[in-house]
Amino acid sequence: MVEIVSKIGIECTVNGKLSCFHAYPMARLLDILREELKLTGTKEGCGEGECGACAVLMNGAIVNSCLVPAIETDGADIRTIEGIASGAQLHAVQEAFLECGGAQCGMCTPGMVIAAVALIERHPHPADAEIREGLAGNLCRCTGYQKIFAAVVRACEPADRPHSGKR
Amino acid sequence: MRAYVPGYDLRVAPNLSEALALLAREPGTWQPFAGGTDLMVLLEAEKLAHKRFLSVSKLAELRGIVVTADAVTMGALTTYTQVQNHPILQAEFPLVCSAARETGSIATQNRGTLGGNIVNASPAADSPPALLVYDAEIELVSARGARWLPYHGFHTGYKKMLLAPDELLRLIRLPRRAKPWRQYYRKVGTRKAQAISKVCIAGAAQMEAGTIRDVRIALGSIAPIVLRAVKTEDVLRGAKLAPETMAAAKETLSREISPIDDIRSTARYRLRVAQNLLEEFLSQLGR
Repeated sequence: MVEIVSKIGIECTVNGKLSCFHAYPMARLLDILREELKLTGTKEGCGEGECGACAVLMNGAIVNSCLVPAIETDGADIRTIEGIASGAQLHAVQEAFLECGGAQCGMCTPGMVIAAVALIERHPHPADAEIREGLAGNLCRCTGYQKIFAAVVRACEPADRPHSGKR
Repeated sequence: MRAYVPGYDLRVAPNLSEALALLAREPGTWQPFAGGTDLMVLLEAEKLAHKRFLSVSKLAELRGIVVTADAVTMGALTTYTQVQNHPILQAEFPLVCSAARETGSIATQNRGTLGGNIVNASPAADSPPALLVYDAEIELVSARGARWLPYHGFHTGYKKMLLAPDELLRLIRLPRRAKPWRQYYRKVGTRKAQAISKVCIAGAAQMEAGTIRDVRIALGSIAPIVLRAVKTEDVLRGAKLAPETMAAAKETLSREISPIDDIRSTARYRLRVAQNLLEEFLSQLGR
């Protein structure tokens, strides 16, 4: 017989707003976001920490939300893809993905954008190798990697400079 | 197929003494849970056999990197990211930094911990070969007290280790060396980014006029545990760096390791690559 544990109360900040919810302690942050908080921008790809589709920022660091149990988010600051734009103003990474065609089916895109934002927050002027390393945890099954790479390059250029195209 | 989540208990220990008291009261009931980057994968695959977990993530006693004159001591909760960013580890223990950088993705490196890498006890873990080469020591704590052990010998068989059910791994200590060693780390996987290793090797040697004065070699994914290749080291220690030495070392290594066929590779491939990596390490000592 499986013993059933009780749900626990959890409070964390999600995209700048305090969120309170009840969850099983081992429930995945990914499911909390999508099913409790209705933030369906975060996608489930592999569910085992390989593909990066479910990436979010937790206390400023990129994590795979499929590997974070609910109880560990108590008191944490979570940023999802829904929290990357400022109102109607897209983030430079999002603008660059649009401009460079950095999305095909779109499944990997939220995670790719999160990974790019996390990279640029660590390295505002990343070298090519740093961009590759920064995106290495995110898989794109449409294999649109070159355009995604170009979008990250573009996002790091000054806004007023014309698009330099592919490197 | 995902496991039935309500059937799993996970509690956060508020402090070390309460954590150790719970482990002492109900030994074997509670399994420590750190970054979750291995355990949550098993949960997803419905392979997480244990049902009750004790999160150690809030235990300050398991955090931090302390540098003293003779050692660098890392809390068991030190993440791979923290390892890579530490200037003394970068300067003096580059193999641990290389291992941390090759473990999973950045998202995994932000959550996964060195302590978890040790007590998860995978023979394919990336940091243990580096820790073995540096003669790491580990501290285990329980309500009964604390004890220090050499890390070499801690793993006694596949997923078996000298960790009592009421104990937690608290600290990992790396003795600082007086003399610089030549160092080498290489992991071979299916692809360059975030693959699990087929073979992994860490090596360090002190050279003196073409002779190997001292050497340490450890390998992952080639035996039921991450292995310190002591017999191969014995062949090399005090020997001239010559083709005969290289051949003898590779021959000894082939008898010392016991690679198997599994989902990631074959015994034959692993043996060949392990020997080639040893040769690459030794060749670089001559330069």
